[in-house]
Amino acid sequence: MNIVVLVKQVPDTEGDRKLDPSDRTIDRTSVDPVINYIDEFAIEEALRLKEEHGGDVTILTVGPEQATVSIRKALSMGADKAVHVCDEALHGACAIQTATVIAKALGTVEWDVAIAGSEATDSRMSVVPALVSEVLGAPQLSQARKVSVDGSTVTIERVTETGFDRVQAPTPVVISVVEKINEPRYPSFKGIMAAKNKPIEVLDTAALGLDAGTLGLVNASTAVVSFEVAPPRAAGQVVKDEGDGGVKIADYLASKKLV
Amino acid sequence: MTFELSEEHEAFRKVVRDFAEAEIAPQAARWDKEHHFPVDIVAKLGELGLFGLVVPVEYGGSDGDFTSLCVAIEELGRADQSIGITLEAAVGLGINPILTFGTEEQKQQWLPDLVAGRAVAGFGLTEPEAGSDAGATRTRAVLAAGEWVINGAKSFITNSGSSMTSLVTVTARTGPDEISAIIVPAGTPGFEVAPAYDKLGWHASDTHGLTFTDCRVPEANLLGTRGAGFKQFLAVLDDGRIAISALAVGLAQACLDHSLRYANERKTFGHPIGSRQAVAFALSDLAVAVEAARLLTYKAAWLKDAGRSAKQVKQAAAIAKLHSTEAAVTATRIATQVFGGNGFMEEFPVARFYRDAKILEIGEGTSEVQRLVIARGLGLPVV
Repeated sequence: MNIVVLVKQVPDTEGDRKLDPSDRTIDRTSVDPVINYIDEFAIEEALRLKEEHGGDVTILTVGPEQATVSIRKALSMGADKAVHVCDEALHGACAIQTATVIAKALGTVEWDVAIAGSEATDSRMSVVPALVSEVLGAPQLSQARKVSVDGSTVTIERVTETGFDRVQAPTPVVISVVEKINEPRYPSFKGIMAAKNKPIEVLDTAALGLDAGTLGLVNASTAVVSFEVAPPRAAGQVVKDEGDGGVKIADYLASKKLV
Repeated sequence: MTFELSEEHEAFRKVVRDFAEAEIAPQAARWDKEHHFPVDIVAKLGELGLFGLVVPVEYGGSDGDFTSLCVAIEELGRADQSIGITLEAAVGLGINPILTFGTEEQKQQWLPDLVAGRAVAGFGLTEPEAGSDAGATRTRAVLAAGEWVINGAKSFITNSGSSMTSLVTVTARTGPDEISAIIVPAGTPGFEVAPAYDKLGWHASDTHGLTFTDCRVPEANLLGTRGAGFKQFLAVLDDGRIAISALAVGLAQACLDHSLRYANERKTFGHPIGSRQAVAFALSDLAVAVEAARLLTYKAAWLKDAGRSAKQVKQAAAIAKLHSTEAAVTATRIATQVFGGNGFMEEFPVARFYRDAKILEIGEGTSEVQRLVIARGLGLPVV
C-alpha cells in the first residue's frame, strides 16, 4: 500500500508570526519555518501503516524553496521520497488553488492513501484535505483519531463533539488526522544521514500542466482585505476579598454575561 | 576553511534540542530535587539512537562521527547536566572500552543492549585512593580455577547501580605492576553497590561506590590484553575529555540563554535590567565564554574525526576540557549574579546549573591534570 503525506511548512508557532504588510500574505522569513505541527502526526501514521502493510511513503509539499528543510525532516523520520511543488507563481495561492495543485501532483505518484493533518497552524482554514478529495473525486475520511486498513478498505474513527463515528471508504482515499492519533517519532541520527540520499522530485506548475497565469495572489478566491496587530493584553483586574469576594466574582461574571 | 557543522549535524542538533526541551527540561528540577535517575528517559535516548552514534552498524549503531556525539551531549547538557553526563559516560566509559578492546563474543553479548539503551554500563577505575593516579589501583583480581576472583573497592562510578546497569568494567591489579580490565556483570555475587552518593550536583545521574568481595567472573571476562589495563583506559580518557568539554559548552549556553531571557524580562526602576551596562556586559562576557568553549571543543572533535595524530588530539582535548569547564563554572557564577536573589533560589534553573558546574573541573581529569598534560605537550619536563 503506497501512502502520500501532505506536508505543509509553516512559521513556527513559538515565534512572533506576522503578515507581510506589502501584500498581506504570511511573512515566511521573520520566523523559523517548521513542519506544520499536526502534519507530524500524519507522517507518523503513514510510517506506522507502512510498517504494518508495506509499500512506500511519499511526502508531498507545496511551498517555496525553503520548504526543503521540512521535507528533509519528514524524510529523516522515515519517509522514502518526496515531491516538492515549488513555483514563484504560487505565492499567495488560496486554498482552492493549493488543493488543485496537490491533486495534480498526486497524479504523478502511485498512491492508495493520502494523509494530511486536519489543519495548518498558519491559516487555520482546515479545508485543504476536503478540497483535494473533492477535486480528485476520491472519498474523504476526516478528523481521524484511528486508522485501520484491511485490503482496499480503510476504516477510521472520526472525532465528533460527543465521541466518534466509525467511517469506512475504499482506496484511493484522502484522510485527515487529528493529534490524538499517535505520538510522532523523533528522527534518529541514522534517519537524518539516510535522508541526505533520498530523492526529492521538484516540480513547477508547468510540469503539472497548470497555467501559471491562473494561479497566485491575483487569482486567489479569498483575500485578506486588511489586518491589524493584536492589541497587547490589558492588565488583569485585581479584586480584594473583604468578605464579599464571592459576590464580586459573581458580579464580574454577570457583567461579562457569563452567568 | 569553515567554522560550521554540516547540515546533517545541525538537523541532528535540532532533533536533540527538541527532545531535550520537550522531555527533559520540564522535569529536570524535579529529578534534581528527588535525586531521581529517570530510566524511562534514558531508554528514550536509546530510541533516538544516541548511545549508538559512534558504534558500527553491525552492533546496532549508526556509524556516525564523534562530532555528532558531542552535539548530542551539548544539547542534553543544555537542558540537564545529569542527563548529559549519563550519555557521555554510557558511551565513553560503558560502550567504548568494550567496542575498542572487546572480543567479538563480548561485543555480541553486551553491545546490542547498551546501544539500544536497554542497558547502561559503568567503568570502575577510580578508587578511594586512586584517581588519575591509576597506577595506585588496589583492587586485585586473582585467577583461580578458570575464574577471576576480585577483591577491592571503587568510587564515584557513573551508571553503575540502577536497574539498567548490565555490567561494570573494573580495573584491577592482576600481578606485580600489572593492571587489567575485567567485565563484571551486574548481580554477580560479591559485587555490591553502595547507596547513591549525596552529591553537590548531578543529582539525577546514577553514581555509586562499589565493593567486590571474592567476586568471581569467568576468565573470559578479561577485557583486552592482560596487563594492558592501564594503557587501555588512558586511551578512553582522551575522548572523554572532549565529551566533557561538550557538556560544559551546553551548560555555558544554558546560562547565556536563561540570563538573556531574564535580562529582558526583569525590570528595576522601570527598565529591563539588560539595559544596564553592568548586566549587559556580563552577558557579553557569557557570549564570549560560550563561543570560545564551543570552538575549542569542536576543533578537538574535528581533529579526532579527521584522524589526526593521537598527540595532536590529546593536546586539543586537554586544552578544550580545561578551558570549557572553567568557562562553564564562570558562566554559572555570572548567570546566578544576573538573576540576583532569584539565582540563589532552586525555583530557577541557574541555581541547579551553579551546583552542577563544579564537577566539570574535576571529572575525567581535573583542571590541574589538564594543565599537566598541556605542559608536557609543550615539551616541558614538568612532573
